[in-house]
Amino acid sequence: MLATSPCFPRCAPHNLTNMSSPTLIDVNHLYRNFNSAAAVIDVSFSLHSGEILGFLGPNGAGKSTTLRMITGNLAPTSGQVMIGPYDLQLEPISARRMIGYLPDSPPLYRDCSVKEFLRFCGQLHGISARQLPGAINRAVERCGLDEVRDKLINHLSKGFQQRVGIAQAIIHEPPLVILDEPTVGLDPRQIDEIRTLIRELGRDHSVILSTHILSEVQAVCSHVQIINRGQLVLKSQLTELNHNLLDATHEITFRTPPPLETLNQLRLVKQASQNNKNGFVLQFHDPVRGINELLQQSLNRGWGIDQLTPPQASLEQLFMQLTEEPEIGDADHVLEASQELTR
Amino acid sequence: MNLVGNTWVIAKREFRGLINTPLAWTILSLVGALLAWLFLLQLDQYEVYRSQLLNLSNPPGVTQLLVTPFFSSAGMILMLVLPMLTMRSFAEQQRDHTLTLLMSAPISLTSIVLGKFLGICGFLALLLTLLISMPLSLLVATPLDIGLLASAATGITMLAASFTAVGLWTSSLTRHPAVAAITGLGLLLLLWFLSAAGKNSDGGYSADALLPLLSTRYHFQKLLSGWVSSTDIAYFLILITLMLGLTVLRLHNQRYQR
Repeated sequence: MLATSPCFPRCAPHNLTNMSSPTLIDVNHLYRNFNSAAAVIDVSFSLHSGEILGFLGPNGAGKSTTLRMITGNLAPTSGQVMIGPYDLQLEPISARRMIGYLPDSPPLYRDCSVKEFLRFCGQLHGISARQLPGAINRAVERCGLDEVRDKLINHLSKGFQQRVGIAQAIIHEPPLVILDEPTVGLDPRQIDEIRTLIRELGRDHSVILSTHILSEVQAVCSHVQIINRGQLVLKSQLTELNHNLLDATHEITFRTPPPLETLNQLRLVKQASQNNKNGFVLQFHDPVRGINELLQQSLNRGWGIDQLTPPQASLEQLFMQLTEEPEIGDADHVLEASQELTR
Repeated sequence: MNLVGNTWVIAKREFRGLINTPLAWTILSLVGALLAWLFLLQLDQYEVYRSQLLNLSNPPGVTQLLVTPFFSSAGMILMLVLPMLTMRSFAEQQRDHTLTLLMSAPISLTSIVLGKFLGICGFLALLLTLLISMPLSLLVATPLDIGLLASAATGITMLAASFTAVGLWTSSLTRHPAVAAITGLGLLLLLWFLSAAGKNSDGGYSADALLPLLSTRYHFQKLLSGWVSSTDIAYFLILITLMLGLTVLRLHNQRYQR
């Protein structure tokens, strides 16, 4: 079997490392206990404008608890949340004005029509009567709700209800949009539509997107962080992460293997080591061109490649590795693993 | 800052939410019918006693004989019914997770609670208009003691508003509307019958009895008898403020839930 170098999906084109853009949210050492059980332990992160942060974690890891704290719905046991220039604890109203929030169960008034509901949400966020119709139209248009705008929310399908939930979060054009598992319970087509919508939102809002679906993060996010058992175990830019993953090793089996030194002497091979008689593990400086070189050499010298296995380290694998149930006294090990992978 | 505007938005929404439910209309029509029947009954009784009243040197007026007992029973009925009108307010929103919408919006908890209170009071106004228009309809046939009627109307309005505030608080304590209604009713009954604690053998109140002073019924009946004193008005205003304050506190503490 011959496989080429893996190609990771790239994220949507937007500014990845614009350090001059203002910090929208700055979370410092957030802790939350329920009774004596710690739900969130020392979570810190920040987000600049124009970034889409994928917030990953298995169910019950503390994603929703963290999001509820940074939207002011739950007070942290300790720690600080800054939304733009405002401290969420001290100036909650100014801070909340900058946020649009879709909780894990969309807060929809089922006895309202879509338009009535959005009008109410707009009024809650202090949109003036003059600007309200325009704001409603914009939100309706962006979320594709045109055909259902006069229907009762109760009569809408789950996909449309989810979109009303998103419309509610963006109607006041907040700089920061926080979506808690926006694609749960939707069919594949609806999921795709919501993702397209989120990608569009990323053009002029910053988005925090919590999910336990990995492809979602790879499809839309610029940054990713993984939470497990209340602790952040990974914080990274997605491009950086993909790059590091590409850096991983390829396994190669030859029919008539060359000596190890020959492989090490190849220009684009970073490091080669021998597994068994025929099997080698190679690391390339540039995987795509490196494999081309290797194939060329193999043809010229008749090594006969039997098998070439590309690196399996995908985000999925990383996720499984980081969130596996640790053995007793093994918690530090997970952290080390994550540091190694993101270095 | 924008307390008034935000409160108004919430109040409108709460009012709409109420008139969108069949429950509220059922309550309104049933209570309306019941009150009308009670009123006619009272009127019948007055007809029976009228001949005997003529023999008295200083007979009580029609307003006193009709309005006081009528409003008194109306107060009891409101006590039984209002917890059903207020039970959904917070409990249902917590159950359906829609309270998050209000809690995440840039508005104060005071706005939320005050808005909901005023919204329900708006619906209550329909009921009270119906109630007060019944004795007023007698104006066609006979002059009324408008002063007494106004005092009684103030009394029943204050009473209904404080019942609403109590109901709002119990609604914020749970996510089950039925539990909120039952708790509310229990609390209202307790507040109502506290007046029985200090009764003398002759039916009056002993001077040093404290418990009746805490009773809704005690202050309500003073207003019904046409005796408008600032103490009674203040009692109801304090009760309302206390209950709404407890509701705000409850919502605030929810963010600190363990």
